[in-house]
Amino acid sequence: MTERLELPVAEWHRVSPKYVVVDVVGYIIFAAMILVPASLASFWIGFWWMWAITAALGVIFLVTIVFTPRRVRSIGYALRADDLLFRRGILFQRFVAIPYGRMQLVDINRGPLARALGLSELKFVTAAAASGVTIPGLPEQAAEELRDTLVTLAESRRAGL
Amino acid sequence: MTKFTDGEWHRLHPLTPLLKGGIAFIAIIAFVIVNLRDILIESFLGDGRGGSEGEPLLWLAENGFVGLAVLAVLVFLVLFVVGFYISWRMHTFRITDEVVEVRSGILFRTHRRGRLDRIQGINIARPFLPRLFGAAKLEVNVAGQDANVQLEYLGSAAADELRREILRLASGTQAVSPEAVELAGAGTGTGTIIEKRVAEFIGPELDPTLVVEPQSVVKLHTGRLLGSLLLSGFTIFLIALVVGVAVGVTLTGSLGFLIPVIFGIIGTFRYYVTRFTKSLRYSIAGTPDGVRVGFGLLSTSNETLPPGRIHSVQVSQPIMWRMTGWWEIKVNRASTSSAAGAAGQANTTILPVGNITDVRNVLALVLPGVDPDLLAAALVSKGGDDGFINSPRRARVLRWFSWRRNGFTLTDSAVVLRKGQIWRELVIVPQARLQSVAVHQGPLLRRLSLAALHFHTVAGPITPSLGAVDASFATELFLNTADAAIRSSSSDTSHRWRSGEALV
Repeated sequence: MTERLELPVAEWHRVSPKYVVVDVVGYIIFAAMILVPASLASFWIGFWWMWAITAALGVIFLVTIVFTPRRVRSIGYALRADDLLFRRGILFQRFVAIPYGRMQLVDINRGPLARALGLSELKFVTAAAASGVTIPGLPEQAAEELRDTLVTLAESRRAGL
Repeated sequence: MTKFTDGEWHRLHPLTPLLKGGIAFIAIIAFVIVNLRDILIESFLGDGRGGSEGEPLLWLAENGFVGLAVLAVLVFLVLFVVGFYISWRMHTFRITDEVVEVRSGILFRTHRRGRLDRIQGINIARPFLPRLFGAAKLEVNVAGQDANVQLEYLGSAAADELRREILRLASGTQAVSPEAVELAGAGTGTGTIIEKRVAEFIGPELDPTLVVEPQSVVKLHTGRLLGSLLLSGFTIFLIALVVGVAVGVTLTGSLGFLIPVIFGIIGTFRYYVTRFTKSLRYSIAGTPDGVRVGFGLLSTSNETLPPGRIHSVQVSQPIMWRMTGWWEIKVNRASTSSAAGAAGQANTTILPVGNITDVRNVLALVLPGVDPDLLAAALVSKGGDDGFINSPRRARVLRWFSWRRNGFTLTDSAVVLRKGQIWRELVIVPQARLQSVAVHQGPLLRRLSLAALHFHTVAGPITPSLGAVDASFATELFLNTADAAIRSSSSDTSHRWRSGEALV
């Protein structure tokens, strides 16, 4: 296995470790929604390959859940002079750079579980749908400060489309 | 300061209601009159009984309701005409230094306002019938879905003048172009209405008063247009169909297979004819206010794209066009125009077919900062050491034929991506229009020490991305592109493209 991609950035801001809980619970609910009906169907119909598929799905969910802490640790962002860098993923790595002047709006979203843990999610929208950068698991205070910083930066570097 | 840009509210062409919905109305009246005539002839000449039991009009006549019926029709007519008149009176527009505004509707009022510095394009369409009456539809495209300001209909000359004025105001220039003032004065020319109409109708598609460099005009040759249609993917499908049917007939001996073929041939013919007539008289030219694309024989369309409104450009070559050396050019734009492009294609196709010289000229028009020779050379290059950072040899697992020319280069103002050996393709993204950049690496690419680059622009037919890039270059290119995008967008002034011009 060769090396992972790495950017020459001094320090990445990481998201709150509490976000692991949100992610794990989300996956468990999703897994239950898939696996329970699948098991019931396999039980009633009773083909062996249906059990095999269900078991395979179960293993995939288990691995995903086990690796969640590592994956959450891989999420990071860095504020550079003129753009925001964002990274996520270990097996499938993704780095995005968004110039501040390109940000059309910044959203703060809170799910029920994240709100209980005092976390927020920050979403950036540019004129390109593909940019799609969402930083999850930020403490509420930090999320609001970051949003205000970004809006100010975007305002000072406003460019057309 | 001309007729329309004085900041006052103006009305549209007086024939507007007629041209928009009135044609159907006239057709209905004509239909009723024709029916009435039949009945009248029959009642005078025939025996008056001839099988017209169910005729509502006869029934009305027999029961003495004629007066009432005539009255109802009259009231209906008057209401219609008054409605048309009021809707015309209420439909007004205004152009100020900052915005273009349209107010319309009788009961449900709408008021739409578009900012001039956000204009993505101006389109003047002249459908056949309005064109006969000397009317034209002007559409101002603003960034966003369904965010266009439409002025339908205007007088033909008025539409041209309005476009020139909107572009002048939007360009941010302080200078009043001398020809505009002169033309506004000369607008009421000599000659009868019919003479003017004829002159407009057969007049050249391009405004002769515009300063156009003749070598920048690209025209579509009729022969090439025909050839490109015959060499399209649709033709391959057609040949496959014919072969399939022939096999079917010989195998089964039944002629039943021929029935769909006959319908197919009729449909095909119509498809070719529509595409052909819609692309006739196609031309692209550079003007001081952007690229102008015009086409059409009977119904014409003429669109201006101001500088800096093109978010990415793709030059591609379908495999059948390789033997003739033809290319196609598409662009991504921030707005969606309701008007279809040439050949009924999306209006993002700005060159439906052209040879390498045309491609060079069009690229020079749409990407003023980029050396067209570099691009033209890159199109046909086999790869190797040609100024591009091409994929390494180990990428041949993923790019069997194209790894040699699967590459990337950064010019002063644009990102150039080259892909494909069989379906050759070149994608150019102006750095000033780049929204964000991303680099991806999955397990397979990591094993090969490769990475994929994605360039995010506004939505359109092109999704600029490049796979199988050497990983050691990829992060460097990623950071360089990100910096270049910031540099270009901060120095970019194309939203007010002539603001640098001095006052005359």
